Amino acid sequence: MNLTLKIWRQKDSKSKGQMVDYKVTEISEHMSFLEMMDVLNEQLVNSGEEPVAFDHDCREGICGMCSMYINGEAHGPDRGVTTCQLHMRMFKDGDTITIEPFRAAAFPVIKDLVVDRMAFERIQQAGGYISVNTSGNTQDANSIPISKHAADEAMDAATCIGCGACVATCKNSSAMLFVGAKVSQFALLPQGQVEAADRVRNMVAQMDLEGFGNCTNTGACEIECPKGISLENIARMNRELMKSTVS
Amino acid sequence: MSGFFKSSIGRKVAMALSAFFLMFFLIIHLAVNITSLFSADVFNEMSHFMGTNPLVQFALQPVLIFGVVFHFIMGFVLELRNKKAKGVAYAKNNGAANSTWMSRNMVYSGLVILAFLVLHFIDFWFPELNYKYIAVNPEDPTRYFHELQEKFIPVWRVAAYVIAFILLGLHLAHGFASSFQSLGASTIRQKTLQTFGKAYSIIIPLGFIVIALYHHFSHH
Amino acid sequence: MALDSKVPHGPIQNKWTDYKNHIDLVNPANKRHIDVIVVGTGLAGGSAAATLAELGYNVKAFAYQDSPRRAHSIAAQGGINAAKNYMGDGDSTYRLFYDTVKGGDYRSREANVYRLAEVSANIIDQCVAQGVPFARDYGGLLDNRSFGGVLVSRTFYAKGQTGQQLLLGCYSAMNRQIARGKIEMFNRHEMLDVVKIDGKARGIIARNLITGEIERHSAHAVVIATGGYGNVYFLSTNAMGSNATAAWKIHKKGAYFANPCFTQIHPTCIPRSGDYQSKLTLMSESLRNDGRIWVPAKIEDAKAIQQRKLKPTEIAEEDRDYFLERRYPAFGNLVPRDVASRAAKERCDAGFGVNATGEAVYLDFAAAIDRYGKTQAKIQNITNPSKEKIYELGQAIVEEKYGNLFQMYEKIVDENPYKTPMMIYPATHYTMGGIWVDYNLMTTVDGLYCIGEANFSDHGANRLGASALMQGLADGYFVLPYTIGDYLSKDIRTGKIPTNTPEFDEAEKEVTDRINFFLNNKGTKSVDYFHKKLGKVMWDKVGMARNAKGLTEAMAEIKAIREEFWKEVKVPGSGNEMNPELEKAGRVADFLELGELFAKDALVREESCGGHFREESAETDGPQKGEAKRNDKDFAFVSAWEYKGEPADAVLHKEQLEFKDIELKQRSYK
Repeated sequence: MNLTLKIWRQKDSKSKGQMVDYKVTEISEHMSFLEMMDVLNEQLVNSGEEPVAFDHDCREGICGMCSMYINGEAHGPDRGVTTCQLHMRMFKDGDTITIEPFRAAAFPVIKDLVVDRMAFERIQQAGGYISVNTSGNTQDANSIPISKHAADEAMDAATCIGCGACVATCKNSSAMLFVGAKVSQFALLPQGQVEAADRVRNMVAQMDLEGFGNCTNTGACEIECPKGISLENIARMNRELMKSTVS
Repeated sequence: MSGFFKSSIGRKVAMALSAFFLMFFLIIHLAVNITSLFSADVFNEMSHFMGTNPLVQFALQPVLIFGVVFHFIMGFVLELRNKKAKGVAYAKNNGAANSTWMSRNMVYSGLVILAFLVLHFIDFWFPELNYKYIAVNPEDPTRYFHELQEKFIPVWRVAAYVIAFILLGLHLAHGFASSFQSLGASTIRQKTLQTFGKAYSIIIPLGFIVIALYHHFSHH
Repeated sequence: MALDSKVPHGPIQNKWTDYKNHIDLVNPANKRHIDVIVVGTGLAGGSAAATLAELGYNVKAFAYQDSPRRAHSIAAQGGINAAKNYMGDGDSTYRLFYDTVKGGDYRSREANVYRLAEVSANIIDQCVAQGVPFARDYGGLLDNRSFGGVLVSRTFYAKGQTGQQLLLGCYSAMNRQIARGKIEMFNRHEMLDVVKIDGKARGIIARNLITGEIERHSAHAVVIATGGYGNVYFLSTNAMGSNATAAWKIHKKGAYFANPCFTQIHPTCIPRSGDYQSKLTLMSESLRNDGRIWVPAKIEDAKAIQQRKLKPTEIAEEDRDYFLERRYPAFGNLVPRDVASRAAKERCDAGFGVNATGEAVYLDFAAAIDRYGKTQAKIQNITNPSKEKIYELGQAIVEEKYGNLFQMYEKIVDENPYKTPMMIYPATHYTMGGIWVDYNLMTTVDGLYCIGEANFSDHGANRLGASALMQGLADGYFVLPYTIGDYLSKDIRTGKIPTNTPEFDEAEKEVTDRINFFLNNKGTKSVDYFHKKLGKVMWDKVGMARNAKGLTEAMAEIKAIREEFWKEVKVPGSGNEMNPELEKAGRVADFLELGELFAKDALVREESCGGHFREESAETDGPQKGEAKRNDKDFAFVSAWEYKGEPADAVLHKEQLEFKDIELKQRSYK
């Protein structure tokens, strides 16, 4: 395949960026999207230009590092995949592909397609944990039975990889799917109950402080989420926050 | 509690609560108006009750006005904040791939409805205030039906009504289920709610449109 | 320097408890004045950082990714072992210990492995308390599955994302400490050297990967938890950024590198499809619980499949060679990873491979779907179920167990694995070798510790499935936080370590000089060019089967690539900005040295054991014909290499391995 790429180039967080056109040739349909980017970068290095900086690491869809907005969608047109799992067979010979960084005021661009997602870190630090020290004397793992249903639901919420596709996709750059997933995981488990009220209050407060927008329930995040995190998690977070206010 | 309503989720909840009130009001409003299709007397009677009952006039009406104003102001405030939260816009964005037109354009359908409300106030509410409190005319329990009929004579007004109610339908098509979601309704219930919401968002605006068209054509 | 493993005396069951009871402790008030640097925040580093901070030390943690949650531990799929015996199938601490030593082909240190087995149960308790959503049965209790190389079910799992959930667990523990200010987290930072003062590790030089700034960080002890060096092969299941730089840098500063040739080639990876390939994707070993591995029995069928003239589903049952079941009737498809990998390679080398490349075997779920379908039909009281119904019921069960893996496979290969068997082929996955550490997990440099995959200690010559997560967390949660206290108890009066000393100046200068060299070297070839070249030599000559001739050649070839690299490498951009090419250059430079030591170690070890298979050392006859032949008389030792400049000049130190509690036997899975 031969393709035209329109890629956002930005030297650093202080510089202004712009879209730049590149051509790549002889792209195999079996390549992953990032392998296509490797080909472009090899080409750029060989011609003495600076390669396009982009975040990536595990390349198997679990680390949550890769973060491209491809042809107007987070992680591109396929469903249930991260950018590294997107394959070139989703495109046609001669296509023009627009590649932008994840956009949100809370995710400033560091360079080219690399964005700063520290806001997510700070939200997690505000309460995304259960306060238990490591002692070796923790009670036996089977001492509290947890219904399979609750455990499975908690697991579904916990599969979030923190990539930020929900924020990137949301027209309001809301982080509620991400925060909702974390709040839900703990809210669904007995271990998480003790700190539940403080957790949801603190995490939501931090989320607001970071400048994420508000949720208007468009549902776009759920569709673009590579892990299929359900909107139910946002509803649950809303309930949890209301509950924490009343209690 | 005040902390709650300052949070993003609290604001969502406030939006949803005001929406609930407005959606409830729409049902009442339609229920009253729909009687005009069958009986001028019943319509007059109900309108008279609504226009003179002190509870409606001095308790529900202010709440309604507050609800409308709040819903609009909060809607715009959130919209502005949300725009700001996005920062730089995408060069290419394919919103249709993952969300409905209605959900992405609540502010525009809202604006049309706002414009309509201005017209609606000029048409009905201001004359009503004038009649009752400025000109201080004696109360005539049979005047309502005629006033209604007269309003729907000009084609432009009927057209404006039809357009506004279509937009209201679109606004409700997203807003109905959305307000429940904001209040934490689970997705399992959401399925039922969405079906119900679709029905609501079609029936209510359609009812108003039918009333407008009926009076427009029946008067000729 | 003689190697002292510092294994405590006494019976193996009591060693760890007695030792813990007698080591020095640091009192809580003094811990506030002690700093510890942890480099790497995967399962080992993350759990260590969190636990040290809970204890009261000031922790500085470093990760090259933008968050600790992205470390490659996250990609571990299958599960984590623990001797809980919840299934009542006779599991015990001893049995886990025994399986691990045997699975490691008797090349690990007994005392370390016993301790690992001992604390394994605590890990599960700890993780559950943190809210890790392990799989449960309908009674609400934890579920277990079985894994390769063992006869009990002791593997705890969270769907196919166990590593992710465990990492998120220790990430949450870290977050709690970051919020309290006890951990200072340095994301997007790469350690580029360790600083030694008076023979003790006292700090590191790190590069801020966003600004390019070179930073000095001091501490009373340094912990390296930077994972394995599998990317020396270029293609591996590791993350793109996984690297050996921290390990290699401390090796150059005096930490011995142990058993570099012990590398695990994992049998169930998605085969490569072209030269552009950047990495290989692992399919969890848990798939071997239900999948049957086969190739065509007839060479003409294999050829037809390679040319896409025949479909696997068209090959009759009797024309299939389930080679693992045939060769190893006792363990069948659940033989350990090294055995499964070599058996697959043997078939493919003989021409029976199934991909267009001839480098793949089938992993077939048809039998499992059928079996589960029939069971489900019984459970649901469906009499005389149709074939379709059985298939539907069975598929649902397989989907519940492995759905995400199947989906992953389909996304990559574009074939539906429910309908046509998966294709798999071995790929480099895990490195058992690593920095030599004693019982305290301290390297040969005072105050410098190494934990998790980065050290060598627990898996011998081959790691069993679901043991990496166990070891990482055991080291970080339950071992290092105690043993490091013994060392730090002597540092309570030291006070803050200053960074304006000649030692820091010198280390920083070395780092800066090297960066400047790369940026100013106007070469002609990209970093990846050299990395790929190195990878090919490693795979061809230091891969699944090795011989003296190939290894000698490999050493010379790697040296030549290294020399060319330093002449011809080209790194665009500048040093004071985010520069991924510059990062890669530094890492590949280190791989180019490590690769040669790797080959040298493989050359010296003239026996076959675990993942290390020397063609010269195989059984020549009897029932074990063709199987690996271990040589306990001459090679029951750990090779610990001391850096002396060129990798070829490295000096070998031997830690003799003693087996008092386990009898050395040939590892038979037949």
